[in-house]
Amino acid sequence: MATVTLNPTKVPELIFEGYSINPDAFAGKTAAQIAALPGHEGKIHVTIGDFFSVSGDAGATAAETDIVIAGDCSRVKYIGSKMTAGTVIVNGNADMYVGGWMKGGKIHIKGNMDSFCGIQMEGGELLCDGNAGNHVGCAYRGDWRGMKGGTIRVKGNAGNDIGTFMLGGTIIIEKNAFIHVSTHAEGGTVIIKGDVEGRVGGQMVKGEMYVLGKIKFMMPGYKKVDTVEKEVDGVRATFDHYIGDLGERHPKSKGQVVYANLYLKAAA
Amino acid sequence: MASGEIIVKGGFIIDPTRKIDGDVGDVAIRDGKIVDKVSSSAKVIDAKGKIVMAGGVDVHSHVAGPKVNAGRLMRPEDKLLSGFCRSGMAQKNGYRMESGFSIPSVFKTGYDYARMGYAFVMEAAMPPLLAPHTHEEIHDTPIIDEAALPVFANNWFVMEYLQKGEVENTAAYIAWLLKVTKGYGVKVVNPGGTAAWAWGLNCLSLNDPVPYFEITPGEIIKGLMAANEYLGLPHSIHVHQNNLGNPGNYPDTIASLKLAEGIKTRNKFGREQVLHSTHLQFHSYGGEGWKDFCSKAKEVMDYVNRQKNITIDLGCVTLDETTTMTADGPFEHHLHGLNHLKWTNVDVELETAAGVVPYIYDKNVLPNAIQWATGLELALFAKDMNRTFITTDHPNAGPFTRYPRVIKWLMSKKAREATLATMKNTDKVIAATYIHGIDRELTLFEIAQMTRSGPAKCLGLSSVYGGLAPGMSADVGIFDLNYKNMPGDAEKIETAFQRAACFIKSGEVVVKDGEVVSNGHKKTVWVKVKMPENPQVTRDVSQAFHQGTYTVDIRNYPVREYLAPHQSIIDVNVEA
Repeated sequence: MATVTLNPTKVPELIFEGYSINPDAFAGKTAAQIAALPGHEGKIHVTIGDFFSVSGDAGATAAETDIVIAGDCSRVKYIGSKMTAGTVIVNGNADMYVGGWMKGGKIHIKGNMDSFCGIQMEGGELLCDGNAGNHVGCAYRGDWRGMKGGTIRVKGNAGNDIGTFMLGGTIIIEKNAFIHVSTHAEGGTVIIKGDVEGRVGGQMVKGEMYVLGKIKFMMPGYKKVDTVEKEVDGVRATFDHYIGDLGERHPKSKGQVVYANLYLKAAA
Repeated sequence: MASGEIIVKGGFIIDPTRKIDGDVGDVAIRDGKIVDKVSSSAKVIDAKGKIVMAGGVDVHSHVAGPKVNAGRLMRPEDKLLSGFCRSGMAQKNGYRMESGFSIPSVFKTGYDYARMGYAFVMEAAMPPLLAPHTHEEIHDTPIIDEAALPVFANNWFVMEYLQKGEVENTAAYIAWLLKVTKGYGVKVVNPGGTAAWAWGLNCLSLNDPVPYFEITPGEIIKGLMAANEYLGLPHSIHVHQNNLGNPGNYPDTIASLKLAEGIKTRNKFGREQVLHSTHLQFHSYGGEGWKDFCSKAKEVMDYVNRQKNITIDLGCVTLDETTTMTADGPFEHHLHGLNHLKWTNVDVELETAAGVVPYIYDKNVLPNAIQWATGLELALFAKDMNRTFITTDHPNAGPFTRYPRVIKWLMSKKAREATLATMKNTDKVIAATYIHGIDRELTLFEIAQMTRSGPAKCLGLSSVYGGLAPGMSADVGIFDLNYKNMPGDAEKIETAFQRAACFIKSGEVVVKDGEVVSNGHKKTVWVKVKMPENPQVTRDVSQAFHQGTYTVDIRNYPVREYLAPHQSIIDVNVEA
């Protein structure tokens, strides 16, 4: 394993689109070559070296490459996007599109991350110690193919539109979320350990949602069918089991209509 | 405008208009026109070992107008991974950013057509009320010459006149509308069916009555065909038949084509057909449902080959993720019900409607694979390539940027078999289609007929486009293919036609080594009919606006001059 360390040297005037900051682009390159990798600031072509000092050469493959960003990336987008293997650690915040379209490997953001993290993700792990913005693990604007696999874990809060059009994989929000969870989803699992304001599972076709706190405003398209005991992400509890969204089309499997399932922790 | 002299030297010339098939020779250019010879100071472009053809002519493509824009707005994801988003080179050289795949931006549309060596593109459906916007987009599409066909077959005026059998009034209305919309000809989309859609209905056969108007699709087609020939327009009626895209629709298709039997053309533009049937692939299906869905390309082409006064274009499925868009509103609703993807519907008062739905043609989905085969079979069964044109009904069956791939499939049995072999249901596709049993491989000459001389003639533009005879527009494409060794490596056919080695448009080099080097000088072509005033039509039109049937004032209806700054007008005189 080889570690490449990026030290922020300059705050971008606009936003640095760091689409080259991922183990796949770094693999097989020396520190100097990595510093020359392209990026954009607005319409202007820039390089990684314009904003970071680079130390350490990358491994031969993405899987053998670890990237450590030793500082704040509040104005750096696309960190770890499209990566297939290796690791990325950011010792601070990250801007939008962290781990977007990623297929494998691991990303750890020690601060907060902005919106569109893990969008259309297909595999791998994305861990955030702080809060996430909006559109966690959702589909790209206009697209109907959302997150397909992998895991996103946010230890803090998340904003709105979590798992929109989700097809697979798992999203765990350890604290609270705002509105629109699993909208239009056709698969996958979303676990919210805190409270949600509302619009949980709107137009959802298939998939699972767990809410361990409260839902302030329940969608009218959900119907309670039973109460079950389940273990979710290390927590054992009794849940009210709802199916829905009853206003949406639903496929049939073996003669049975398949609904989305919402498990809401039962009142004590 | 290009004034310099150019000589394209030593290429294999392929020009069906003069029956030249691969002769080595030169093409001389002066003042934007092809000429017999040029002086010794002319700029020399070496075409040795490459083929030289006229600029391509696309008879049917949706590249400008409100529904194209609705598609662009509705599909931001179409732009996400579309390539030259912020191409540094384009910026440096002063070209515009390009984006989009199935619904490219206007700049990408112009550049991509030019890269493929196309000189003229027909926008296939312009809602008259929204013609100003269509012309603005056409003007913003660089390099290529364009024209647009206003849609007529669900227009209230047309249906009312034809219901009473008034062909002359219909003709006068067409003449007026072409003038105010700067339109080119008469487009017919799902005749009557789109009007019925306003009542939530459709017309699937030629005899289904159109609600309220008491007319049938068959009567609309016949009436518009008669009005078109009464006027003697450069192009014939351009028909998207009823019952598009449904299994078992081919008898309806043949019934529509039969309406042309016995009708004689009357025009001064060298056009021989009275009906152009567009994207025939979507209309050549057998079976009672999707389970026994099959190709009826042979049956349809047996009829087309016999009936000399019709032309067709293919509408080939290219097996891509694309965006369907048509003035056939009810069809788009039906499609949305099949694939559950997002749907837009637009109603254009008194005139037409439109719908947009994204669609993924997947080679592993049996009906899609059969559609792919059907489109190619139409061309392979065709006897007269001057009446059979390559299209993908862009973007409905695939983006126009796939024409080179379609050409590859048509020219190489090996390439067809290779695609067929990668399908999940190869055996079922073979059982439901003809393609596996067809050995025919089209020649470069036939491809030139299908993409150059044929469509130009069909549009009544054969004196300007589609050939390399002196006097014609100097649109010359050079492609890196060895005439002596065809089809050779099929992949090379696709690459060569995707990116012309050189393309000269109106006498100016616009593409070199597959890259755009100039924004060119585009023209908007339209048809101006001069005929005696028809008081009845003038009164009817004026009433429709003044009584508030239209929501706009008549003064705001026409396309103003500044929206189409580079016009090329074709005059048609109709005597009283």
